[in-house]
Parts: sequence; C-alpha cells; structure tokens
Amino acid sequence: MSSTAQAQKKGFGATLWDYLTTVDHKKIAILYLVSGGFFFVVGGIEAMLIRIQLAVPANDFVSAGVYNQIMTMHGTTMIFLAAMPLLFAFMNAVVPLQIGARDVAFPFLNSLGFWLFFFGGVFLNLSWFLGGAPDAGWTSYASLAIASGGHGVDFYALGLQISGAGTLIAGINFLVTIINMRAPGMTYMRMPMFTWTTFIASALILFAFPPLTVGLFFLILDRMFFANFFAVEMGGNTIIWEHLFWIFGHPEVYILVLPAFGIFSEIFAIFSRKRLFGYSALVFATILIGFYGFMVWAHHMFTTGLGATANAIFAVATMAIAVPTGVKIFNWLLTIWGGNISFSTPMLYALGFIPSFVAGGVTGVMQAVAPLDYQLHDSYFIVAHFHYVIVGGVVLALLGGLHLYWPKMFGTMLSEKLGKITFALFFFGFHATFFIQHFLGLLGMPRRVYTFVGDQGWDLYNLISSVGAAFMALGVITLVINIIMTSVKNERVGNDPWEDGRTLEWAIPSPPPFYNFKQTPLVRGLDTYWIEKMEGNPEGMTYAEPIGDIHMPNNSIIPFIMSAGLFVAAFGALYFIDGDKAWPLPVLALGLLITLGSMAARSLKDDLGYHIHKEDLLKEGGQPGGH
Amino acid sequence: MDINKQYSAQTWPDHPETATLEGKNKFVGFWLFLGGETVLFATLFATYLALKDKGPSGMEITASQLFELPLVFIMTMLLLTSSLTSVYAMFHMRSYNFRAMQAWMAVTVLLGAAFLGFEIYEFNHYVHEFGFTYGHSAFSSAFYTLVGTHGLHVAIGLGWFILLMIRNAKRGLNLYNASKFYTISLYWHFIDVVWVFIFTVVYLMGVVG
Amino acid sequence: MAHEVETRKKTQAEFEYAKRKREEEMRGQVATFALMIFLTLVAFTAVAADFSAYYVVPTILLLAAVQVGLQLYYFMHAKEKGHGTPIFFFYGGLLIAFTILITFVTIIWI
Ligand SMILES: [Cu+2]
Repeated sequence: MSSTAQAQKKGFGATLWDYLTTVDHKKIAILYLVSGGFFFVVGGIEAMLIRIQLAVPANDFVSAGVYNQIMTMHGTTMIFLAAMPLLFAFMNAVVPLQIGARDVAFPFLNSLGFWLFFFGGVFLNLSWFLGGAPDAGWTSYASLAIASGGHGVDFYALGLQISGAGTLIAGINFLVTIINMRAPGMTYMRMPMFTWTTFIASALILFAFPPLTVGLFFLILDRMFFANFFAVEMGGNTIIWEHLFWIFGHPEVYILVLPAFGIFSEIFAIFSRKRLFGYSALVFATILIGFYGFMVWAHHMFTTGLGATANAIFAVATMAIAVPTGVKIFNWLLTIWGGNISFSTPMLYALGFIPSFVAGGVTGVMQAVAPLDYQLHDSYFIVAHFHYVIVGGVVLALLGGLHLYWPKMFGTMLSEKLGKITFALFFFGFHATFFIQHFLGLLGMPRRVYTFVGDQGWDLYNLISSVGAAFMALGVITLVINIIMTSVKNERVGNDPWEDGRTLEWAIPSPPPFYNFKQTPLVRGLDTYWIEKMEGNPEGMTYAEPIGDIHMPNNSIIPFIMSAGLFVAAFGALYFIDGDKAWPLPVLALGLLITLGSMAARSLKDDLGYHIHKEDLLKEGGQPGGH
Repeated sequence: MDINKQYSAQTWPDHPETATLEGKNKFVGFWLFLGGETVLFATLFATYLALKDKGPSGMEITASQLFELPLVFIMTMLLLTSSLTSVYAMFHMRSYNFRAMQAWMAVTVLLGAAFLGFEIYEFNHYVHEFGFTYGHSAFSSAFYTLVGTHGLHVAIGLGWFILLMIRNAKRGLNLYNASKFYTISLYWHFIDVVWVFIFTVVYLMGVVG
Repeated sequence: MAHEVETRKKTQAEFEYAKRKREEEMRGQVATFALMIFLTLVAFTAVAADFSAYYVVPTILLLAAVQVGLQLYYFMHAKEKGHGTPIFFFYGGLLIAFTILITFVTIIWI
C-alpha cells in the first residue's frame, strides 16, 4: 500500500516520469494494459464502422477505399496492438509473482519491449493522418501490397517491424525469467498453468517472429529500397510472402490463445475450488500444441496451388491439433465437475468460453479439409471462424482475466454486478454478431467486401450481425463505467480478494510491494498458496531465506529514447522513396543515431542497481502475510 | 554485486560467465536469441534458394558466372581463424588473464575487419563489373540481402568487440563484464556458423550450378 | 541475497587441476580448428575438381553440417554442463529452420 500512497502524493509530472523510466514488471504491466486497452477501443471503433457500413445493402456510409483501410487496420490493430499487449499485461503482472521472483530476468529489456511496441503502434496509427492507412488487409499479401499506392502499406511494414522487435524481446525475457528465476522448489511441473502457457507462447514468439521480421523487411526493401523479392516481372515470387506471413501467422494464433488457455485454467481451478484436473496432461497438451503450431501454416494457403500432396500433409497435421486441444477442453470440464463452483464474473467468462471456443475449433477442423476449404475460403464463414477463436477464446480470456487480476494489479475490486452485466451484453452480442456470419459465408458472401447488393438473402443476417456488434460495444462501455466507478470508490482489498487463490500471487499484498517478496518463498508443491492455507499457515508462505538486503534494478529513460529513435528513423525510411524531399535520409540517419547512441550509452554506463536494506524492510513493518 | 572486487587467478571461478544471476540470465537469453537468429537466417537462405538465378526474362547473369572461389576461400579462412582467436580470448578470460584476452580479441577484430573489407570489395566488383546492382533482379536482391545481413552482423560484432575492449581497458576482468565478453564470443561463433552455410550454399553450390 | 556471489580461493591442487583441464580443452579446440580447415579444403577442392553436382552437393552440405557441430560443441562449449535448456531451444530453432528450407525448395511454384 505504501507505493500507492506515495503515488498519490506525487505530482503528475513525477508520476509520468516514473512510468516513462520504470523497469518494474508491475508498472510495465499497467503500461501494457492502458495502451493495449486504448488500441482495443480504437480497433473496436473500426469494427463498429465496418458493421455500420454493412448493416444494410448498398450502403455509402464509407467509400470502398476507406473501407479497405478500416478493415485492414481493424485486423492489424486488434492482433498486434490490442490482443498481444493485453496478454503481455497479464503476463507481466502475474508470471513473476507466480514463480516467486522479484522481477523478470531483464527489467531493462522489459521496458524496451514495451516502448518499441508502443512507438510501433503509434507510428502505424499515424497513417490515418498522413495520407491514409494501409489497405491491403491485415495479411498484406504481396501482390496487393506492392501495388497499393500512397504510404499506407509502408506504415504497416515499418510500424509492425518496430513493434515486432518489442514482442521478440518480451518473448525472450519471459523465457529466461521462467527458466532462471523460479523460486526454490518451483520445479517445471509445479508451475501454474498460466506460467506454463506463457512459457510456450514465448517460445513460439521466439521462432515465429523472425520470419515475420524477414517478410516485413522484404516488403520494406521492395517498396522503399528498389529490391525485387515480390516483383514478378523482375523474377520475384509473391508466394514467398504468403509462406513467411503464415509461418508467423499460424503460431501467432497460438501465441494469443495459449495464454488465454492459461488464464482460463487459473479461473477454473480457483472458482471450482479444486486443483486442475490432469495438470500434467494439460502441460503436455500445451507443449504439443506449440509444436504442431509450426507445422500447419499452409492450411491458410490451400487455394494457392501448392499441389495435392502438400495440401494433404498440412490438412492432416491441422486436424491433429484438435486432439491436444480436445484434451484441454475435457480437463477443464473435469475440473469443474464436482467442484464447489462460485459463479463470479471471471468464472462466467470461463464457462462462456468453452462452448464458444469449441465452436471455433470445430469450424477450424472443417476448414482443415482441403476440398471443403476451396468452398469456404475467403467467405464470411472464415470471418465467423476466426472471430470465434479470437473473440471466443482470447478476448473472453482478456475480459475474464481483467476481472480476475484487477484487484492484484490495482488493489480494488471491480463491481461484480456491473461485471456480470458486461459479460451478458458482450457474450450475447458476440454470438449475435458472428454466429450468423457462418451462414452468410455458406450463402456465398465474400469477406472484405465494402458493400453488397440487396435481396440475395444476406440483408437480414447482416443487420442482425450489426445489431450484435452494438451489444458488444455496450458491454465494453459498461466495463469502462465499472473501471471508473471502482477507481473513484477506491475500496482497498487484501492479499487474496477472491478468497480461493491457489498460487503465489495471492499470498502477497494487492498491489504487491515493488520488491514483490520480502523473503523468497519456498515452493512445496503445485498450488503453493493453497497448500499453505490448507495447513493453516497464517503467513501463506514458507520462506526459503531470512529477511536480507534486496537487490533492485535502477529506472532508466534509455528504453524510451532508444524506441523513439527508431520511430524517427521510420519516418525517414518512409518518405525516402518519394525522392522529392531532401530530409528523409538525414532523418533516417538521425533516428538510427539516436538508437545506436543510446545503446552505446547503455553499455558504457554501468547499471548495477541498488539495494533495499534489511533494516528498511523491517521498518516497513507488518507481517509479510498481513495487510 | 561489487564490480570493484579484485580477483586473482586462484579466486576467479571456473565459469565466470555464469557465476552471477545476471550472467546466467545473459547466457541463457543470448542462446535463445541465437535460436531465433537461426530461424531468421533460415528464411533468408530459403528465399535465396527460391530466387536463385531468377530475374527479368533474358537475364544473363547466373550464380556460376558471378562467383569466384579464390576470394571466397580467403574470406572463409579469415573468418574461421577469427573464430579460433576468439576461442583463445575466452581461454584467457577463464584463466583470468586480461591482457592476453584483450590481445586475442584485437586479433579477432583485425581478422573480422579484413573479412568485411573483402566483402565490400566483392560487392563493389559485382556492381561495377557485372552491373549486378541491388535492384538488378530478384536474384540480386536475395543475394545481397542474405550475404549483406551476414556482413551487417559482422560489422555489429566488430563494433561490440571494440566497445567492450575500450570500456574495460582500464578496469580488467570482473564478474560484471565476464559474461559480456562471453556473449560476444558466442555471437562471433554464430556468425561463423552462418558463414559456413553461406560459402557452402551460396558460393560452392552456386559454382556447381 | 542471490545476487551476491560467493568467491572461494581454490587450493593449489584445485587450481592446478582446473588449469590443466582448461589447457587440455584448448588443445582440443586447436585440433578442432585444424579439422575445420581440413573440411573446408575438402569442400572447396570437391567443387574446384568439377565432380558431378549429384555427388558434390550432398557432400559439401554434410561437411557444412559437421563443421557447425564442431563450432557448437567445441567452440561454443555446448558440451559443458548447464547447456541443456539453451541447446534444446537452439535445436528447436534448427528444426523450424529446416522446415522452412524444405518448403522453399519444394512448394513455392518453382
Ligand atoms: Cu492457421
């Protein structure tokens, strides 16, 4: 509590500076949450514009060109700038606590990862004000992207390149944190499921982002620096982009959905008041999904003409993924089975997730059948499918996780009543929007069209879909109201506000002190905190060490400057090809110089951190477990 | 961790690079990064193979006409030797012999710089003798991007070596910088690994046809 | 705390032993280097000698793979203990790298 008390005393400028320079994983989590939440709203507004345009046939609410931009930016924003950062918010807030660590392995890089994502996202969205947003779809297929006029696609390639670098850094950071920073006794097979899924998702990031990086570089080089990777008349080949994009793109789905699975696993166990059924099977299934995730990307390319053999191989591999996923679904069902269930808001999201995600999974297996995919490809059936996976899986997890971890992150409890209203509105709106789209697809409506002719049997379904979207928007508005009211009321909660917490994060105050654990805990089994509670340990933890000095890293502004340098350089690169201005090349050089200079400053200046002394820790007082 | 702490050869740990938690983190993190780099270079290689000898219709230049083995052989020897010299540097790092380590790192830098010089000469040669510019064809773009990305790694490695050497010249070895020296040497070996595939897949297989 | 490092003075015998071990390892690394140079020479000679591409290409690829193994295990110390997890991930990267390469030489419309 002392940290919040200090924050309230501090002026706005000091607080801002604190967040610009922070290397504390809990504050970085808040940064991710706020900026990811902002981009989620931006992407949501774009979605509403899409549904308004398509509500009635032959609508002229937006023009075809603007529609292409909105549709492209909706997908890009939601995947790269909303879903991923929001998951990173929970990973940052929770994973170090779950493994009993004082921070992540590389606090400095953690901050750098965030600021790269942030500047990349801002750069991408500035396209709206600088001549138009990208309009080649979120997949940005090269044949279309190369031909796209203006600078939209350049914003896409450069912006994603910058934020992608941030994601890669964050992935490596979580991997090393989980490998090296686990508290004594925390073996791999005692790690909470959310930590496990973060671990596997980070491994996927490590291997999936380099192909995207290369693909984006090819696009940048082709569009801005005279290369010919995709220029067919110069010997180039646009299929290369499709492969690179999907070698990244399919694992990306698992990068998003595995942490979502992790959040749901925590929710099921907590609110069924039961340990997870088949923990080791869940772990194994997670690893298997991670592995298969790399072997199936070409199911996005069945209609490209890869040949029957390739299609068959990738079809079979894709169907195989349903097996470990099914294992997970049954494990969750059996966790609930016979549990003492509490129908809290997070649990409602988790219960709603199972049928929604199963529907998305089943349509996925349908598309794995290559011949059927020839019919379904590029129709609204696909749109319905991946929204069932992404919204029904990931967004429900984000909303459920937000309610679950809000008290741990901010020390207050979101209103359960408003939370349940949010759930009802959002869940109903989601199914109303997307269930009907399966039928639109089967009736032949292609995706990515800016309007359609009436009386083809599509009018009513599109209207229903648009009305559903309005309900989702109402749900999100209720959530915002909930957040504002909760923050104004500011009723503080204790260590374990849900009263059934099982893992280490619930054993320490909400929000935790900046050093997390006064004494490093000793982990004696899966669901550490639960074990201690059951044994009547009032401290909630067994300690691995006596109270002693704690080493902490220093704050630093360098990550911010380093990322800002790339942001500046991106403008130089973007306008270089115009050839009518003198400034792009100097700006490019200046930006890179800022980045390289701050890198050199970082390595020349020793950053050894500081110590919190034992006496001060004791003075801060109270029992570690007490509030 | 106290960076002013003095060591002797007898108090210096056997594995100074992983003696601290920071060192361990750096060590694991860097290996993971190299795993990601492997995938990155694999996509560049794959693209090169897909676009090899591809260009506008009627393009005359092919890999077998372009590449000359003697030059590549010299470059290979330079880089392989620099790999050995950085092994020597690490040997002396682990023996707590700072001056010998710096000396071997200096040799490594010289060899790396010579390699880079030859590469620049080579690219220059292709552009001026053959008109094989970056925008010449899909083949040229893929070739320069693959080999150039490797060259960029060499350049970054050289800058990194030099920065570390200058920064620590007066301070000598401690457990704070031991892991930094170790990571750059890992990076340098990785660059050599990539080059082994470049001379095999690009140059030798290019000449074979 | 965990960030402080215990340093211990080795006994003369331990020190001598560690030194001998390091020197042995170094000799092994020099031998590795000689082997790498030899493999490189074989590869270049095979190409220069103009044998059929059918034989040369698989041979030089194999030689490259051996050289990479030598670099990893001898120069990059992958055989020392504590390398299990990093090497596991590195091989993971290699597996995916291999998949990508196979794809790009087979199903890319060439
Ligand atoms: Cu997929």
